[in-house]
Amino acid sequence: MTAMIRVEKLTVGWDGRALLTDLNFEVQAGETFAVLGGSGSGKSTVLRHLIGLEVPMAGSIHLQGVGSPGKSMGRPAFGVLFQSGALFGSMTLADNVALPLKKWTSLDAKTIRALVQAKLRIVGLEGYENHLPAEISGGMKKRGGIARALALEPSLLFLDEPSAGLDPVTSAGLDDLILALSRTLGMTTVLVSHELPSILAVADRCILLDKQAGGAIAEGNPRKLRDESSDPRVQAFFHRRAEATREQEMA
Amino acid sequence: MGRAASRFHLPIDFLFWKPSIELPKLCGPPFLGNQDPLAATAFDLQAHGGGKLLEVELAGRLELKDCQTLSRALRATLHPLPERCRVNMAKVERLDGAAAAVLMEVSVELCAQGRPLEFISAPPDVQAILDIYYTDCAQASLRAAPVRQGIFDQIGRSTVELWRQAKEGLDFLGEMLLALVAAVRKPSSVQWRGTGTLMEKAGADGLPIVVLLGFLVGLTLAYQSSNQLKLYGANLMVADLVTISLARELGPLLTAIIVTGRSGAAFAAEIGTMKVSEEIDALYTLGICPYRYLVFPRVLALGFILPLLTILADVVGSAGGLVIGVTELDLTPAAYLAETRTALTLWDVTSGLVKSLVFGIVIALVCCHKGLAARGGAEGVGRTTTSAVVTSLFLLIVLDTALTILFHNMRL
Repeated sequence: MTAMIRVEKLTVGWDGRALLTDLNFEVQAGETFAVLGGSGSGKSTVLRHLIGLEVPMAGSIHLQGVGSPGKSMGRPAFGVLFQSGALFGSMTLADNVALPLKKWTSLDAKTIRALVQAKLRIVGLEGYENHLPAEISGGMKKRGGIARALALEPSLLFLDEPSAGLDPVTSAGLDDLILALSRTLGMTTVLVSHELPSILAVADRCILLDKQAGGAIAEGNPRKLRDESSDPRVQAFFHRRAEATREQEMA
Repeated sequence: MGRAASRFHLPIDFLFWKPSIELPKLCGPPFLGNQDPLAATAFDLQAHGGGKLLEVELAGRLELKDCQTLSRALRATLHPLPERCRVNMAKVERLDGAAAAVLMEVSVELCAQGRPLEFISAPPDVQAILDIYYTDCAQASLRAAPVRQGIFDQIGRSTVELWRQAKEGLDFLGEMLLALVAAVRKPSSVQWRGTGTLMEKAGADGLPIVVLLGFLVGLTLAYQSSNQLKLYGANLMVADLVTISLARELGPLLTAIIVTGRSGAAFAAEIGTMKVSEEIDALYTLGICPYRYLVFPRVLALGFILPLLTILADVVGSAGGLVIGVTELDLTPAAYLAETRTALTLWDVTSGLVKSLVFGIVIALVCCHKGLAARGGAEGVGRTTTSAVVTSLFLLIVLDTALTILFHNMRL
């Protein structure tokens, strides 16, 4: 197995203040890797660093075939789903998904239309091609965002809270889709989430971030961590125990 | 893809496919003469049999970059249409989502002619992708084609939209009157502290630009008229001209235009952003009326601040006239000021202030109303702000004309 992403001694933060220090992890090709942690633990910040939107305060990130991520204006090497979907408000759903295809391929309009329809169909948005993002629900925006992220058939996919705010059935459907895509296409997926059922269903490995510790407190298979870890903070996260966390904070 | 673009094509359109002249970068060369169309692609397509049963054998890597060539090659192979067609996928090394989507597209088109495409011997990975992108022919034919809006439809919709906007405007005015009544009955319910900050932003922060522009307008007015007045030896009259036109007309209008651009646009953008990010809805759920909480303080602030800024513009404008009077028309400052005092009546100033009071209220009302009506993300806020400024300016000029005619007919 080759490492798709290698993170070494990464320190991230805001305004010169470090939020998380000394993060080290690797994401292997074809793996589904989850970045976990409570609200405000810096999950999304880590993701923003991985996709090159933020510059690390220290340490390095290496993406296979890309090098250090940055705000490059070239053909994107990966697909990204933002927390809110981040669909362009002035374009229809179909135009949002078609945009990367129009920009980065020379396919004709008919083929692009067929591809866009197929993408929207697999995320369950068939029939909404001509809707504007403002006309659809939050969950649908998120699924539209996934369709757009998949448009260029990326081998690496970053998902920020893919199933948050979705109903259990849609959320499970999305999990199935992520699993199917990573298993069949060998796609590497990095997802940020705190939805336990979803994480346990899809993630091969995970890293658990903690605000108090200012870094990672556990790494490994989420099911194993849940069943075998002796760290009370890890147990509190996986068993949804608020008291344990609070006692930890008090101590 | 346009909103009204047809989602469907006649299933036979591939029969009329013509080779394109330009060479697409990523999709391999088009079918021209004896060139092998598949030479530059990562996959291979072989057809065996024909007539009753055609077997198409696909091999290699079917990926996004070759999917258009794949689609064309497959369609060309399937012409003329055999009775049955099987696609053997046994030698496919990799199939990505785009290529799977293209295969399904062709399959659905053939379905419409009652001759579905069969995919056989696919390795498990390839079959899994085909399953993800599988399209049921029956479902595909149920997809509704987008409705194209006719001209009458569009006119009808615009009229309904206009009516809706008019009703919204009336609702807004009603809410504002209620807010006014509530404020009079219970003054403590008004956000006085917020009003102060708004006055500072709209008034004090806008002082430099009002002073500068007021001075320049007075100066220009005096300069332009000095040439004409000199001809008649009426040099002193420049003071009358500058002072009266500033007090009655230019002072209020100039200030109102500046305030529309500075504060009105800010109000519309601020409230519009709050609207699209559901903050206004949040106010409602907290039991706070956005009209009383957001709009009323802004109306008060501009209604109060605009007359003050107008007085300032009048004064510095006259100073601008004085500079030209002294330097160009050989007047003494004392003579200019004495003439100003004689020319100017109380009503000249008051009528200007009444105008600016009306302008201030109108700017705040229009911009806040537009902000509250914002819809649809960042672009919606931009549209709202533009519309707020344009509507305000339009109403300013119309109201200015109406008030001028009214005051004139009152013989004041």
